[in-house]
Amino acid sequence: MDASRGGALAAAGAPPLAFKGQRHRRLTEGAIGVVLFLCGLVSVLTTIGIVVVLIGESLGFFREVGIVEFLTGTRWAPLFADQAFGILPLLNGTLLIAVGASLVALPVGLLSAIYLSEYATMRVRKIVKPILEVLAGIPTVVYGYFALTFVTPILRFFFPETGIFNAASGAIVVGIMIIPMVSSLSEDALSAVPRGLREAAYGLGATKLEVSTRVVVPAALSGIIASFILAISRAIGETMAVTLAAGATPQMTLSFLESVQTMTAYIVQVSLGETPHGTLEYRTIFAVGLVLFLVTLAMNMLSQRVTRRFREVYE
Amino acid sequence: MTETPITESVADEISGTNEASAGSIIGFDASETVLTTESLGVLYGDTSAVEEITIGIPRNRVVAFIGPSGCGKSTLLRAFNRMNDLIPVARVVGHVLYRGKDLYDPDVDPVEVRRRIGMVFQKPNPFPKSIFDNVAFGLRINGYQGSIEERVEKSLQDAALWDEVKHRLRESALGLSGGQQQRLCIARALAVQPEILLMDEPASALDPIATSKIEDLIDELKRDYTIVIVTHNMQQAARVSDYTAFLYLGKLIEYGETDRLFTNPKEERTEQYITGRFG
Ligand SMILES: Nc1ncnc2c1ncn2[C@@H]1O[C@H](COP(=O)(O)OP(=O)(O)O)[C@@H](O)[C@H]1O
Ligand SMILES: [Mg+2]
Repeated sequence: MDASRGGALAAAGAPPLAFKGQRHRRLTEGAIGVVLFLCGLVSVLTTIGIVVVLIGESLGFFREVGIVEFLTGTRWAPLFADQAFGILPLLNGTLLIAVGASLVALPVGLLSAIYLSEYATMRVRKIVKPILEVLAGIPTVVYGYFALTFVTPILRFFFPETGIFNAASGAIVVGIMIIPMVSSLSEDALSAVPRGLREAAYGLGATKLEVSTRVVVPAALSGIIASFILAISRAIGETMAVTLAAGATPQMTLSFLESVQTMTAYIVQVSLGETPHGTLEYRTIFAVGLVLFLVTLAMNMLSQRVTRRFREVYE
Repeated sequence: MTETPITESVADEISGTNEASAGSIIGFDASETVLTTESLGVLYGDTSAVEEITIGIPRNRVVAFIGPSGCGKSTLLRAFNRMNDLIPVARVVGHVLYRGKDLYDPDVDPVEVRRRIGMVFQKPNPFPKSIFDNVAFGLRINGYQGSIEERVEKSLQDAALWDEVKHRLRESALGLSGGQQQRLCIARALAVQPEILLMDEPASALDPIATSKIEDLIDELKRDYTIVIVTHNMQQAARVSDYTAFLYLGKLIEYGETDRLFTNPKEERTEQYITGRFG
């Protein structure tokens, strides 16, 4: 087609266009489309690849270890002579860290989000938000050393029975690590609440606290919950800091002062150790990885569902 | 400045006297007005949005503010219940006297002001809560002692919405039509029994049928409330109000009885505006 005389419309008898450039636009738009498609393809293929490897290697593992034993066993000792493959101690350790981190991050994150969105002046917001972003950008290994050299000694000062490696220390630093996530996502949700709702509440004689807690937070609740879920899912997947702080003792415990092992910490331990590839011991990390993947996938899907509900609110 | 004292010409027209004495700003007797402003001005940063406004709002009447978009109608209205406090750059000068007390005195709590002087906004803004909880909101935060159920029902009746929603009080307010939502917002404002109701273009987002329902409602409400309504619709001002104030470029150009102002405006700019020659 000769674009200099116009496109299909010109061919159909429409007057010629006042200026050219049609052909260029079509070409670049087509090229951009292809590039974007390829980028998308990379991440889709990667995800598929990860899932295929995880499932493939896990199948090899489950040929030798029963799925029931794996999911209900309370002893995890694949590397000992007296082997045991019950994942519950690792889930226990992961849960302990996730719960502890949530206790730190959810209240602090939500309160700072409310502060930033409802109370802070422009100037304070301009100072605090970059600080939170810096917090989010610190390498996780730094948090690990911070736990070992700063948090744990303080814990041991107050609770002398605390182990060198303990769940509390890991939970606290993971909690600090995910505060920026909670606060920035929650703040987005709070700021998205229409100004009109705040004015309506003020117009009825509400105080700032009442406006925040009774109107803005409830209106943004789905977004806030979604931020919670994403942050918890991040805490579950967190590796470096918990490996350093909480140690490598898979056990069934509810005590924050003892050493535990999380699923991620176990995967690190085996990956860095001398376990030969292709053995049953080595395959455990894929089975554990699959569980980890499924847990975080479920949580991300949950948060998406919650967010979708959130969108409907103001339509 | 050698401005024509608007106050006097209006005083002249309403009360037949030429004196704007302390007791009768713009001609109403102090006992007739619930709200009076003296040289009221609002600035956004360094820009003045309205200035030198001296006006009295008579009890149990409907006062309409008209004028072209951007002339400061909303700004002036929001100065009456200190809603401008919520805009960081906004600053108020002059006085707003409510029963003789300056609402901007340091010892006045804006929260209490807004309980006594309610507001309905241009865009219906129900909370994403149930119909019942919307109306009960103001009662709950203000620690209402009586029966919340009764007060909610009464407010919905007063807002001419009860029959349409009585079977669905627990459903979300967001499921109502635009017109119903706006009447819900009126019910919500009435629930806390304010003395004055400020309405900022309450019907501008509604269709003609919903609009006429709101206008009928305003007629009903003036028995119990004093209403100040902003509108850019002159027919609406003529239909619902007893007194009309014409604002232009942040100044009060003319204020008087609605019938007189529309049939026999004294100021040339008023005449130009109501005959549609600008704005
Ligand atoms: N929040 C604000 N910040 C700065 N200027 C504002 C703000 N709100 C209104 N203004 C300005 O004040 C003037 C009056 O606005 P407004 O009271 O909304 O007029 P109206 O309601 O008559 O259309 C306009 O020039 C407008 O741009
Ligand atoms: Mg306006």
